[in-house]
Amino acid sequence: MTRQRLVVIGNGMAGARAVEEVLARGGADMFDITMFGDEPYGNYNRIMLSNVLSGVQDASEIYINPLDWYADNAITLHTGSPVTEIDRAARVVMSEAGVKAHYDVLLIATGSRAFIPPVENIRNDKGELREGVFGFRSIDDCTGIMATAKRSKVAAVIGGGLLGLEAARGLLNHGCEVHVIHLSKHLMNAQLDTQGGAILRRQMEEMGVVIHLGKSTEAVLGDGRITGLRFKDGDTLACDMLVVSAGIRPNVEVAQRAGLTVERAIVVDNHMRCLDDRRIFVVGECAQHRGKVYGLVAPLWDQAKVFADHVTDRNLDAAYHGSKLATKLKVMGVELASMGITDPVDERDEVIQFSEPGRGTYKKLIVREGRLVGGILMGDISKAAYLMQAFDRDSKLPEERLGLLFDLGTPSQKITLDEMPADQQVCNCNGVTKEAIGACVKSGRKTTKAVMDATRAGMGCGSCKSLVGEVVAWFAGGAVEEDPSIHYYVPCIPMTKPELVAAVRDQELRSVSSVFRALSGGIEDAASKPALASLLITIWAGEYEDERDARFINDRVHANIQKDGTFSVVPEMAGGVTSPDDLIRIAEVAKKYNVPLVKLTGGQRIDLVGISKEDLPKVWADLGMPSGHAYGKSYRTCKSCIGTEFCRFGLGDSMGLATKIEKRFRGVDSPAKLKLATAGCPRNCSEAMVKDIGAVAIGNDKWEIYVGGAAGAHIRKGDVLCTVDGEDAVMQITARFMQYYRENAKWKERTYTFVERVGIERLRAVVVDDSDGIVEALDAAMQRSVDAAYDPWQEAVHPRTANQFSDLLVADGAG
Amino acid sequence: MAGAIRIAHLSDIPEGEGRLVEAAGMHLAVFRTRAGVFATQPECPHRQGPLADGLTGTHTIMCPLHDRTYDLRTGAGVNTECSITTYPLTVGEDGAIMLAAAAG
Repeated sequence: MTRQRLVVIGNGMAGARAVEEVLARGGADMFDITMFGDEPYGNYNRIMLSNVLSGVQDASEIYINPLDWYADNAITLHTGSPVTEIDRAARVVMSEAGVKAHYDVLLIATGSRAFIPPVENIRNDKGELREGVFGFRSIDDCTGIMATAKRSKVAAVIGGGLLGLEAARGLLNHGCEVHVIHLSKHLMNAQLDTQGGAILRRQMEEMGVVIHLGKSTEAVLGDGRITGLRFKDGDTLACDMLVVSAGIRPNVEVAQRAGLTVERAIVVDNHMRCLDDRRIFVVGECAQHRGKVYGLVAPLWDQAKVFADHVTDRNLDAAYHGSKLATKLKVMGVELASMGITDPVDERDEVIQFSEPGRGTYKKLIVREGRLVGGILMGDISKAAYLMQAFDRDSKLPEERLGLLFDLGTPSQKITLDEMPADQQVCNCNGVTKEAIGACVKSGRKTTKAVMDATRAGMGCGSCKSLVGEVVAWFAGGAVEEDPSIHYYVPCIPMTKPELVAAVRDQELRSVSSVFRALSGGIEDAASKPALASLLITIWAGEYEDERDARFINDRVHANIQKDGTFSVVPEMAGGVTSPDDLIRIAEVAKKYNVPLVKLTGGQRIDLVGISKEDLPKVWADLGMPSGHAYGKSYRTCKSCIGTEFCRFGLGDSMGLATKIEKRFRGVDSPAKLKLATAGCPRNCSEAMVKDIGAVAIGNDKWEIYVGGAAGAHIRKGDVLCTVDGEDAVMQITARFMQYYRENAKWKERTYTFVERVGIERLRAVVVDDSDGIVEALDAAMQRSVDAAYDPWQEAVHPRTANQFSDLLVADGAG
Repeated sequence: MAGAIRIAHLSDIPEGEGRLVEAAGMHLAVFRTRAGVFATQPECPHRQGPLADGLTGTHTIMCPLHDRTYDLRTGAGVNTECSITTYPLTVGEDGAIMLAAAAG
């Protein structure tokens, strides 16, 4: 194949990128490449000009392709030499300096220039911008602005769009008093709605920028240098310099003269080829595709690829189909993401909005028939990546709309550990800061567990444990040691849970003290006792030898200890259903024992709080109701909604099912508490989707079973384990899941962690599809536990240990 | 033991547990672990949790409110900077738990 001549007019981001794409497709062997650029430089990243202006970067740092790159790739570059003519018949371009270049393929990437509005006196006699007036588009503009800003007191910027605001920021850094004059009623009207613009305005003003909205500039004042501005409303503003950032205009003149079709810009087809000449392609801001002209870089990258695919014959099917405008940017330090429309335009459009102006947070989504057609995120843009993808792909949004704006259930976008301030609390329960963890690591504790033990970080509610681990690793800088004991079921016995279960079975260890004697040299560890008790109950059920000292106080007295050492009493109330008689009895007990607080719980029961240990048995006896087990690591309760009984939407008997569940599983121990719910329809009034196990009726006697939901210290929507026919099937799957969890979860590991650790597919395989052939064993084990469960409040009549319920033993004092 | 005060009997305190006892005009948390009997101040210095309701180890007591753990022999904190006061006890042949008079 004979070599062809590729000529590129324009050495900006589009032209250079297109050439890079050609080279990436083996274009160096196919083409002799010649490029013409207006500016006397290599190709630089125009987006970074605002950084240069604000002093964050030096101009030398923003080059994408320095001059060496052209030489290395055998590209002939003519800089400082705009092309003035294209002779299509002779296939020659000619530059202002008289350079001629023949082409076989021509790419026009002339980009755009700053639009200078027709303001009176803005130009001098020669038609140039008056002294002190600048566009904001090139390195030369930047250099001029910086030099002038140094000797200016007051700077004005026309245009409150992205670039104008960036210019304003840069000018602030040079010590000027900065005024932004904007024609529209709010800032950045292309990307923001009125409300978002107002929040941005407030933030700009806090930084010291004076904002003038709805203001039209009529004239520039001054004979030589600019001295001020006059507006249409008669106001004036004295200023020493002016930056005009009122939009851009495509550079199309040379194409127009060559007879190419030009509307708002040069019109191209899906191959980025102009309509009039098969040898001429156009990419970037000077191209108009399907009526649209793009001013962002992302469309340009796509266009450059399509162009390169065609000219190199790499992929003749490549086609550009337009871009949906979505952008993430930072305006004067304010993070922003914007996509599509900024206000609803259609009756079907619904708006989802969150606004917290004080913090500069604003989120707005416009949804049309379940798809995202517009969005604004300011301040917190953690969801931007997901939303921009959904917008770009036009994908169906999840029904749960709140999750579109916020991270629910998953840890929120974390600031990096480098950015985290030293005094920020990592553990809120125990008030442990980042620097406290750092000091602890420096003192020689190199494992997460050692740091947790020493600082108590992560030992409150536990929700920060993984963050603590990350902070320890960060301070240890790779020297973090793994503590093998984190894999042990309890720290004092060096065995994982399966190993321990095997040892307990082999050696027939039926009591906690026997486990300590056999496996830890007889040394008893207080914190390990309840964990071992839970394990033994699960293994041995009715054969478990109950030693009361292995129980946490709640399980010794069957009530929940409060901060003052009193207890709370929650009688069973299956499915949250009660009766007038029960209510009267509860009320009478509350009065008789002067119960300080009577409270409805989140689990649809009644809590009598502040009862002394001594009164517990009397209270239970007077109540005559079974325990609600509202204190232990065990099955707790099953909430329900009205279901089919009275509700006009009910599809399943949620109350009846909740009662069945409660009567079967009450008193069954587990590694951590289990909170259940049943919902009579997908409206989910009983919040079954955020329970450890939840059953939701979906009609025709079908129930969806959710597992691993949570709405406490951690928030997580449960995963659908399966959909089953009938209440009996719900009972069966619930039992199998519970038993598998009881046997395999770590101590105090809630289902929301367990389900994520094991994986919903694996759980489904085991408990629904019986992949391991163990469901019969699970059923049998659960049945044993159900049979062994009892109502502990019966101990009111027969105390199990000496002085079980005494608040105080009074010695007789005899010597 | 001259001057020692009988504060409880072994049978009053189940193995591995603790009880709050009033003797010699003060409250004590008395524990009976599988290694012996111990007495401490009744409340955890952290948030005044009732230590007698805590879980015991061989030589430790863990407060039921926030898991602060102390050595029953010395009162030293195991996972906390705090420490607690301990009182020496003896057990008579009849199973009587005696508090040394000096401690009272």
